[in-house]
Amino acid sequence: MAELTQSTPPAKSVLEIPLWQVRLRLLWRSLKTNLALFAENPIGLVGVAIIAFFFMFTIIHPILMNTVWDKNTYDPVVGYDAEIPFHPAPPSAKHILGTDPLGRDVLSQLMWSTRSEFILGLVAALVSVVIATTIGAITAYYGGFIDNFFMRLADIVIMLPYISILIVMSALFDLTLPVLALILGILGGFGGTTIIIKSQALTIKVRTYIEAARVAGGGDFHIILRHIIPNLMPLSFLYMMFAVNGAIASEAVLSFFGLLNIRMSWGLMIYTSSYSGYLLDFQKWWLIFPASLSISMLCAAFYLVGRAMDEIINPRLRKR
Amino acid sequence: MCADEVVREPLVQVEGLRKLFPLTSGLFARSSDYIHAVDGINFSIRDGESLALVGESGSGKTTTGKLLVRLLDPTSGSIRMRIDGYERDIAKLRGAELKGYRRHVQMIFQDPYESLNPRRTVYDTIAEPLVVQGIGDIAEREQLVAHYLELVGLAPPDTFMFRFPHELSGGQRQRVAIARALVVVPSFVVADEPTSMLDVSIRTGIMHLMQNLADQMGVTYLYITHDLAVARYMSNNLAVMYLGKIVEQAETEEVLAKPLHPYTKALLSAVPVPDPEFKRSIPDIKGSIAKPINPPPRCRFFDRCPLAEKVCEENDHPPLEDKGGGHYVACYLV
Amino acid sequence: MSETVLRVDDLTMHYTTRAGEVSAVNNVSFSLQRGQSMGLVGESGCGKTSVAFSLMKLLPDNAHIKQGHIYLNGTDVVSLREEDMRKLRWSKISMVFQAAMNALNPVYKVGDQILEAMETHGLVETLQSAREHIASLFELVGLDPKLMDQYPHEYSGGMRQRAVIAMALSCNPDIIIADEPTTALDVIVQDALLREMIELQKKLNMSMIYISHDIAVIAEVTERIGVMYAGRMAEFGSAVEIFKHPLHPYTFGLMSSFPSIVGEKRELVSLPGEPPDLINPPSGCRFHPRCPYATEICSQQDPEFKDLGGDHYVACWHPLEAN
Repeated sequence: MAELTQSTPPAKSVLEIPLWQVRLRLLWRSLKTNLALFAENPIGLVGVAIIAFFFMFTIIHPILMNTVWDKNTYDPVVGYDAEIPFHPAPPSAKHILGTDPLGRDVLSQLMWSTRSEFILGLVAALVSVVIATTIGAITAYYGGFIDNFFMRLADIVIMLPYISILIVMSALFDLTLPVLALILGILGGFGGTTIIIKSQALTIKVRTYIEAARVAGGGDFHIILRHIIPNLMPLSFLYMMFAVNGAIASEAVLSFFGLLNIRMSWGLMIYTSSYSGYLLDFQKWWLIFPASLSISMLCAAFYLVGRAMDEIINPRLRKR
Repeated sequence: MCADEVVREPLVQVEGLRKLFPLTSGLFARSSDYIHAVDGINFSIRDGESLALVGESGSGKTTTGKLLVRLLDPTSGSIRMRIDGYERDIAKLRGAELKGYRRHVQMIFQDPYESLNPRRTVYDTIAEPLVVQGIGDIAEREQLVAHYLELVGLAPPDTFMFRFPHELSGGQRQRVAIARALVVVPSFVVADEPTSMLDVSIRTGIMHLMQNLADQMGVTYLYITHDLAVARYMSNNLAVMYLGKIVEQAETEEVLAKPLHPYTKALLSAVPVPDPEFKRSIPDIKGSIAKPINPPPRCRFFDRCPLAEKVCEENDHPPLEDKGGGHYVACYLV
Repeated sequence: MSETVLRVDDLTMHYTTRAGEVSAVNNVSFSLQRGQSMGLVGESGCGKTSVAFSLMKLLPDNAHIKQGHIYLNGTDVVSLREEDMRKLRWSKISMVFQAAMNALNPVYKVGDQILEAMETHGLVETLQSAREHIASLFELVGLDPKLMDQYPHEYSGGMRQRAVIAMALSCNPDIIIADEPTTALDVIVQDALLREMIELQKKLNMSMIYISHDIAVIAEVTERIGVMYAGRMAEFGSAVEIFKHPLHPYTFGLMSSFPSIVGEKRELVSLPGEPPDLINPPSGCRFHPRCPYATEICSQQDPEFKDLGGDHYVACWHPLEAN
């Protein structure tokens, strides 16, 4: 390391580069390393592939709607194909996945809903993880009354039957997509994830570098913000993946019960088939199968990504 | 000590320092059970000098170190320090005053792998005391960090400044820890076994570094260690602790050449000597170290002492007394 | 002339990792007589623990012995199959691991754990005789035999270390390897344990390989010393010789950097640099980047491990003159 045999002029001293730029470069470098590690795991790659596949839907749908597909026929919410006498119609060249009982193209519905599924999942997951991380860090750090309060709250949230709460919520609020995302996020945030993140925060709290920060003069806020939370972030990110999984599944269930005020979603597609009496009609498979398969696959995809991340995060947590 | 040497003022004066931990675990622990980790100790360190605090596990040396940097709050006693010309009792400081005090007292920790936040760069770690104490702007801090990196031997600073701890070796990490401790130019540094987790060939380098920096910057040290050989090289004064009490204190060479307390004698004779032909005497000590829980009011060393007499059992732990020439011993029989 | 219980010839062992091939042990040779004690001293990463694991054939999957021989009572264990090695392990050669106190299973009584080891080697005839044997082992290592029926958490650190030594002795091995057995112990406890280990070794006429980074402990406990650096044996010979006349610059540097409470307070010498990366070790002599006496040949060719007579072996192009 001491031997520097350069024939090229020395690189610009890192001191001359503004600090924020250095930090950006470091972030970029660590991102690349993490991605490389992630890419070694087939589980993760399968998950990412599935997510990418569904992501394509969100891009392709507007293209199709503006080019090949006739707006009146293929609109996922208000479309109607008058040319076909009986709906739901089985798959054909015109409707690759057939039509639903209201005459709307199933494939179009599927693709269009993907966007809301993604938004719902990610917003709910983000909200829940931000809440869980903040509360986890604070309760672990302070202990005492705050700790007891939030832990008992978490116990209550876990104990209460999840679906029942959501049903009650639907009575109290008009459950549009943003409202639903928020509620799922809050419920998730105060529940089990908090406990997991808190226990991780407890292990961080007793580390020597926290003592060192205190000796340097760091106050509670400084230590929580700059030491505890950054070390929780890998775990938070991991649980975000699992939270997406939960959010999408919850939406599907609520839609199935007709409790939501959303224009179109996969759960709603199943609901439509259900109230039209086609739920158990396996002859008309295109009414249930594509939607439920999509739900399962997208949920599974995020779970797989989470598992792959888990394998990166845990050994490194151990190593460090 | 030569006659025309300036008698330095004590920088740190500890009196009656006591730290008790309530024992809450165990099936039969009552609420009145306490661990007497530090059980009333007195010592002082003069400006620019160093004191080695030596003891085995359970002696209370690490707890003492933590009390001096206020990572722990004393149960009773005083820690008087002279900062900016004023003498203050550190044990009583709170809030903003405590934060201000922290600028003058820093700590170097034992484990170089644990004392650095793995997610922060070397720059962030060393600059942290500056940031928290509000010293300098970003540019000034970068310059300071670079300067101290060079000072601790991590040159050129460019290559080290934005590395992460896992990209450094143990010795390098400890140098970063030293830089962090010194960047605010403290008057007093507590070093808690800073070399015990390092490889032998690296240890000496760190020891030399710390000595040089102490001389250069006029820093006063409290050096905590279990290794008497290391203590010999790091400080000119030595205090031996046992079960929360100081049993002997004098200049290092004096203690090593003429140990007076039976524990010190046993400790010295137990240290392995790197010479195959050296015949060590068997340490004159019996039993094993007890846990300092609710110690009975007698000499703490009574149950292990080869010289133990009635007077040792009937009276509380003997006070530290000067037996001549600044050599303090806590023993009734010396 | 006592017999040679162990002879290691040109042992080379590498680990395959994602980052590359780690040459952990390279061309290491030494021998051990019956009843003799030998120390392996060096810093972290020098390969001393790897050598121990190679001797026991307790290597992880990614480790390969690339060449060399390990003659245990004449049998070359390098080529031995696992089933056959299992018979030798613990009964001919056993090991006290580093932080051995953590090797005790907390949910079983200590005596039962030793019993299990003996059972695996078919040394249990009756429960009664086995328990008597364990009791005598306990006494041998300085433990109250009643402790046999207690759990590890009821023991202190020093006691646990003794229990693990008893376990290693349970099948009457010819050789016992002790890997830093006293590192985590206080100095007074360490002293007692070291004295007992020396006595034990003499009493059982057992050979011992003592691994440590602490040259003071090695000086007191062992008759012969092997100094290892970066996977190579730098110097080997009788303890007295090595301390009085260190020939390898690393050995000399190591000794000069060790503080002592005895004698004059002398200047400590610090070795510059760091131990090398074993994936890309320096060319030639691995110590050359840190060696104050290095010349060109040192960076080009790896020095041979030479017998300089008087039970003193060195691997160096410029061994220091005895002065």
